[in-house]
Amino acid sequence: MSRFDVEAARFDFPTLHQKVKGKDLVYLDSAATAHKPKLVIETMRRFYQMDNANVHRGVHELSERATLSYEGARRDIQRYLNAASHREIVFTRGTTEAINLVSNAWGRANLHEGDEILLTWMEHHSNIVPWQLIAEATGAVIKVAPIHDDGSLDMEAFEALLGPRTRMVAVAHVSNALGTVNPVRRIIELAHAHGALVLVDGAQGVPHMRVDVQALGADFYALSGHKLYGPTGIGVLYGRLALLEAMPPWQGGGDMIRVVTFEKTEYAPPPARFEAGTPNISGAIGLGAAVRYLNTLDFDAVHAHELDVLRYGTALLEQIPGVRIVGTAEGKVGVISFLVEGVHPHDLGTALDMEGVAVRTGHHCAQPVMQRMAVFATTRASLGLYNTREDMDRLADALRKSIEVFR
Amino acid sequence: MMLDLRSLYQETILEHGKRPRNFGPLLDATHHGRGHNPLCGDQCTVHLKLDGDVITEARFEGLGCAISTASASLMTEALPGMKLADVERLSHDVRALVTGEGDEGVDRDQLGKLAIFEGVRSFPMRVKCATLAWHTLTAAIHQNDNLVTTD
Repeated sequence: MSRFDVEAARFDFPTLHQKVKGKDLVYLDSAATAHKPKLVIETMRRFYQMDNANVHRGVHELSERATLSYEGARRDIQRYLNAASHREIVFTRGTTEAINLVSNAWGRANLHEGDEILLTWMEHHSNIVPWQLIAEATGAVIKVAPIHDDGSLDMEAFEALLGPRTRMVAVAHVSNALGTVNPVRRIIELAHAHGALVLVDGAQGVPHMRVDVQALGADFYALSGHKLYGPTGIGVLYGRLALLEAMPPWQGGGDMIRVVTFEKTEYAPPPARFEAGTPNISGAIGLGAAVRYLNTLDFDAVHAHELDVLRYGTALLEQIPGVRIVGTAEGKVGVISFLVEGVHPHDLGTALDMEGVAVRTGHHCAQPVMQRMAVFATTRASLGLYNTREDMDRLADALRKSIEVFR
Repeated sequence: MMLDLRSLYQETILEHGKRPRNFGPLLDATHHGRGHNPLCGDQCTVHLKLDGDVITEARFEGLGCAISTASASLMTEALPGMKLADVERLSHDVRALVTGEGDEGVDRDQLGKLAIFEGVRSFPMRVKCATLAWHTLTAAIHQNDNLVTTD
């Protein structure tokens, strides 16, 4: 544990240090959005205060600085994910837009009547609805791999659902509602053996583990900046260059073209082809700063710390009568989703907030998995690198107090 | 701090949340409405029996938090014997009280137990929990078969 000093790291996150309802804030909603280190906030402030120009256009000094920072962030992220080329990093608004980009640009060109898209029961709505839309437009069919009672993927059933018509497998790296880590490397091997591509929804994956897209063999990997301690409104689609090069654009506009005439427009190569219009420049630069911040930490030590807090908190909650943890897959990360007998999650969320403890309640934008686990909503405590065992103590205390009120 | 929580969860709300009145189907109902709060997934179905323009019986079903359950429970207690015109006024008054918008002319004494929902306005994220039953009631009265939402 010595290689990661959580108390020191907490000082890097200004928002954590405040009172909520008169109590020290305990933030347990990082799966919804993580807090930002000073480096991110300062980098973005400095960009607006010092540089602020459009990218890839002007020849003036400010534009050059903005372009260098924006493209520098792309390279920071490329290195962070170990992508082979910076051209494989496309900036998007977030994971949702990254998935929509693939479903539209790749899907329209490659999906035909009867082709199959394989999802799992634990997908977030953002990895379901874009595929439903493209399936409706192309006549492709959606298949869904089931999960076990503990929230882990039924790999046998998954494998059986792969077939000659499977064109795309879209799967969460980590379930946002349950914390289950999917064996994406194995999934990718199996899918590739069947000639299918794989998109990994990494929104909840990349905040909790080091991701090497080449080692994984992922064809596409989507992530959100704001869950990775960066700003909102920015995300990344990693795509293998050969795939991106073969994909048509999905949005037209400035910055994504090479030559425009009214007869014919030649598109720019990736990543510019997929970044029509003025991008979220400060957001990209902020995300670059976030991964540079993470690079200053020993990620294995951070991961060990997070797991320690997760296990400690899980054990505490299990001791409280009437608490049932939903999602108990081996190797899970970052999330404790739970039910309290006789107390609606929404009431619990309000009561915990009164104690300064911020959690998420509801269906977590993953209604199918809620249905599968036979619950309509849960209370979810989700962790960031800055959470501590003391946070878990506060959660457990607040929980006991709340239960007294509602029972 | 629990004092603040009690301003929302008054004893009556907790009690009706745990043991809702008029909960269940209404076999000879003349009107039904279905409501949904997309924020949390809570659902509510309101069944009414009308004799002319008077509600003679009201029941509800659904899954919800203490606020939405208590709101539906106390609503169905208040409705029997009321004329539809008075129900509209009551519905307006309760919603005004909960949201704090347009509540100038609301007579809290006339609302009886329903006035306790005024505490909800200090918890903006929970306003929809309190209004779901009333939205659903409107749908039932107007014989609106569509699922209504609190949005």
